[in-house]
Amino acid sequence: MTDATHNTARSASITFGQFLPWLVSALFLLVMPLIFPSNAALTIMNQMAITIVFALAYNMLLGQGGMLSFGHAVYMGMGGFMAMHIMNWIEFHELPIPLPVLPLLAGLFALGLAMIIGSFSTRKAGTVFAMISLGVGELIAACSVIIVAFFGGEEGVSGDRTYGLPFFGIEFIRQIEVYYLTAAWLMISAVLMYLWSRTPLGRMANAVRDNPERAEFLGYSARWVRFYSFCASGFFAGIAGGLFAINYEIVTEENLNLAQSGMILLVTFLGGAGFFFGPIIGAILFTLLQTVLSLQTEIWQLYLGILFVATVMYFPGGLAGLLMMHTIPLRLGKLHLLFVPYLKMLGPALLCVAGFVGVFEIVFHIRNAAPGDTEMTLFWITFDSHDVLPLAVSIIAALAGFWLARRVVPELSAAWTAANTPDTERLI
Amino acid sequence: MNAPDAPALELAGLRKSFGKTEIIRGVDLTIARGERHAIIGPNGAGKSTLFNLITGRYVPTSGSVYLNGQDVSGLAPYKINRLGLSRSFQITNIFPRMTVFENVRCSLLWSKGYRYSFWHMVGRSRDLTEATDAILEQINLTARRDLPAGVLSYAEQRALEIGITMAGGANVIMLDEPTAGMSHSETEYIVNLIRDVTEGKTLVMVEHDMSVVFGLADRISVLVYGEIIATGTPEEVRADPRVQEAYLGAALEAEH
Amino acid sequence: MDLVLINLIDGLVTGLLLFMLSAGLTLIFSMMGVLNFAHASFYMLGAYFAYQISTYLGFWMGLLIAPLLVGVLGALVERYGLRRVHQYGHVPELIFTFGLALLIEEAVQFVWGRDRVPYEIPEVLEFTAFTVSGFAIPAYKVFMLFISVAIFILLLWFLTRTRVGLVIQAALSYPRTVEALGHNVPLVFMGVFGVGTALAGVAGVIAGPVLSTFPGMAFVLGSIVFVTIVIGGLGSLSGALVASLLIGWLTTFAKSYNVRAEDLLNAIGISTPENLDESLWRDLWTITSPQIADILPYILMVLILVFRPHGLFGKRDA
Repeated sequence: MTDATHNTARSASITFGQFLPWLVSALFLLVMPLIFPSNAALTIMNQMAITIVFALAYNMLLGQGGMLSFGHAVYMGMGGFMAMHIMNWIEFHELPIPLPVLPLLAGLFALGLAMIIGSFSTRKAGTVFAMISLGVGELIAACSVIIVAFFGGEEGVSGDRTYGLPFFGIEFIRQIEVYYLTAAWLMISAVLMYLWSRTPLGRMANAVRDNPERAEFLGYSARWVRFYSFCASGFFAGIAGGLFAINYEIVTEENLNLAQSGMILLVTFLGGAGFFFGPIIGAILFTLLQTVLSLQTEIWQLYLGILFVATVMYFPGGLAGLLMMHTIPLRLGKLHLLFVPYLKMLGPALLCVAGFVGVFEIVFHIRNAAPGDTEMTLFWITFDSHDVLPLAVSIIAALAGFWLARRVVPELSAAWTAANTPDTERLI
Repeated sequence: MNAPDAPALELAGLRKSFGKTEIIRGVDLTIARGERHAIIGPNGAGKSTLFNLITGRYVPTSGSVYLNGQDVSGLAPYKINRLGLSRSFQITNIFPRMTVFENVRCSLLWSKGYRYSFWHMVGRSRDLTEATDAILEQINLTARRDLPAGVLSYAEQRALEIGITMAGGANVIMLDEPTAGMSHSETEYIVNLIRDVTEGKTLVMVEHDMSVVFGLADRISVLVYGEIIATGTPEEVRADPRVQEAYLGAALEAEH
Repeated sequence: MDLVLINLIDGLVTGLLLFMLSAGLTLIFSMMGVLNFAHASFYMLGAYFAYQISTYLGFWMGLLIAPLLVGVLGALVERYGLRRVHQYGHVPELIFTFGLALLIEEAVQFVWGRDRVPYEIPEVLEFTAFTVSGFAIPAYKVFMLFISVAIFILLLWFLTRTRVGLVIQAALSYPRTVEALGHNVPLVFMGVFGVGTALAGVAGVIAGPVLSTFPGMAFVLGSIVFVTIVIGGLGSLSGALVASLLIGWLTTFAKSYNVRAEDLLNAIGISTPENLDESLWRDLWTITSPQIADILPYILMVLILVFRPHGLFGKRDA
């Protein structure tokens, strides 16, 4: 489960292999706007970048420290509010603060808050920590409608990023400029968070997660290890908040409430909390789902909920865990054994999912469409939602897909066992 | 603070009650530096409780524990550990999801002065890597270096536990039933390992296997119902009529 | 003085309602070590089920059947969901129940829509039970009180007079013992989960008509319930009762007496700054107690955690 990078310790210098993923990521971030130059695409990519930073910060708690927080949006939101205020002060008092350092200030503000809250919330891990994070989160979210001076009430706080000092001639009017600023902060934050996980404190965070008592008998106070992780996580969440403020130029209560905290838990868990890159996958996938799926269907959150619960029940390692399960077959050179069973599974699984989607969508349409509106389009087919046939077809597809998929399971699990078993004959 | 001529460990009038039941009923014991001391006694005598009192897992009801002359009673485990006392557990207590290498490295971090550092890279500290590999060599787990600790065999996990315990360089090592649940050959292996790695250190151990105790310990204390009824060399203890009575009594009870 | 009496009754109703939820939550937590994040979602399901049943069979059948349905659903969730996740540890369990809460909210929206449903007080109870110097006490409030107390007595009887109840009690005071029984008592686990969620269902049935039945009702009350059991001390039933009543009264009194922060601050000798509108602290001066009534439980929780980390009655760590 852990992000064990084998043999890195033996070579004291950074190898090219370690460096390569970062180089590729940086290049990727650089060329993405050339492939997708539209403002809409840039907006989505910015949102992805912000979610990635936030999810990585969240995973410093959940994945690396074993702390489940239901109120981590508070640190991102507070960072965002502070960034908005600073943005407005820059404009009002003509302060010589360039826009690119705003996320850092937001991060520092969130760090301060995390130090205060963490001083009592990190005494325990597990359920107690989760409940405190929930309570504190709700408290601050509720305060946001009362303390209008800081939170701006229901309208939130808004500002204008372009009134500050130009940064080397860049005024951040164009979306592309904001993209590169966000991407730069994404790289910086991701590298720093990765390096953090390789420090003594980062390693002890893992140790405390797995066995707090043993860690105590090795000279480390589990509580202080948790506290430092919590502060660092708050800092990077604050950076995400600052980036959010720069991108959207408005921060409201919605940025720090329970729904937001739940969202980041979902993103991180779907991506896979056990690996450093898990939250990155989760953030990219979630943003895509959010933008693409929400255009297609009104009940996308229902699908998301089902996906989430199914992930917790059947793939607690998330997507990253699922991918990394294949490292053993890969190392044994037996990955090819899985291709055919996977393909055989794909058809029935898609049929089953499509069937269920059909049932949900048709029922939803019948109940929620305007009276008299019986025409609906699903999977590029237009039909009458009140007809029996489409519903019947959907139900049959769902059941047939399920039945066929179950028939492939024995073959799949046999192939899985085979792919994970080393060839003993060859060794003898 | 750290008096050079003070005994490694001194217990004075140590008592511990859980509710109304007094489990440790006034224990006085002095263990000299470099001594190998075994605590034996029938089941339920309070050996593990005594261990937990010394190492900070429990807070004494009254009485004191002195480590190298310094009062450590009631201190948190991590503070006692930093003062030079390290322990193992009766039930294997390692970091199962981390590699064997990382298990040992984590136990070295504090003593190597890294503390809560977030400005060092553990992979780039040559001293850390070398010290870790040296310990892996000592406990014969070099071949298992990069495996998750959870997949090791029971005996290997016990060896790793001992490695973790002594890695931090503590001068007082406390082992809680290090050979529990082991086969004869495994026991022999672990005993030799203990003898090697605790060379020049103070060792306090709880043990059931009498051959291990008599083979390893310089002195033995017998704990019965929360009190030490005898302390002395293996020969003295073996000859002590009270010990024979306590042990035979317990053995007879166990047979019925 | 009369207003005090009214508030005492109102607070008692709220407090007992909270207790119906926090009691089930505490029972489940003590037995299984898992905090059921979806607990308030079962409360919501109780309200929705009762509404659906009441449209066909009337309110009283809803009161009877809805909690049973919720209980059965809860037991199924334990059997086919939680038990599977249990092997991964407590944090995944908590994440599972959180996901379940999200899913139930979405499912409720899918079935009943995003707006509140017209789940109303039955006509037989739509009269004024009695008046206290001009303040009317509706009969439904008395009815809620009656049901809550009845449930409370039933729970007490169940815990002290039945075999299963005694096992559960043992679990409350000696968690390790039942841990040792461990997997030999899966039926008890399922039962406790079922009964706990059914209790939440009852609360939903009777609270639905007064607190309004809408998809967000679970999260509105849910957080307060968690705060309640943290304040009371995780795993303590008496703590849950005391904390529930405390929060019930605290919020009720804060809402009915309009205490202004300015008056309070003036009373302790701090005078109002002249240019209040420009002060950064202006909001602190204009706060009134009804405004902060809903966040008082959270403030109380933070204070308790700082000064008494185990809660009012809690003895053990979670």
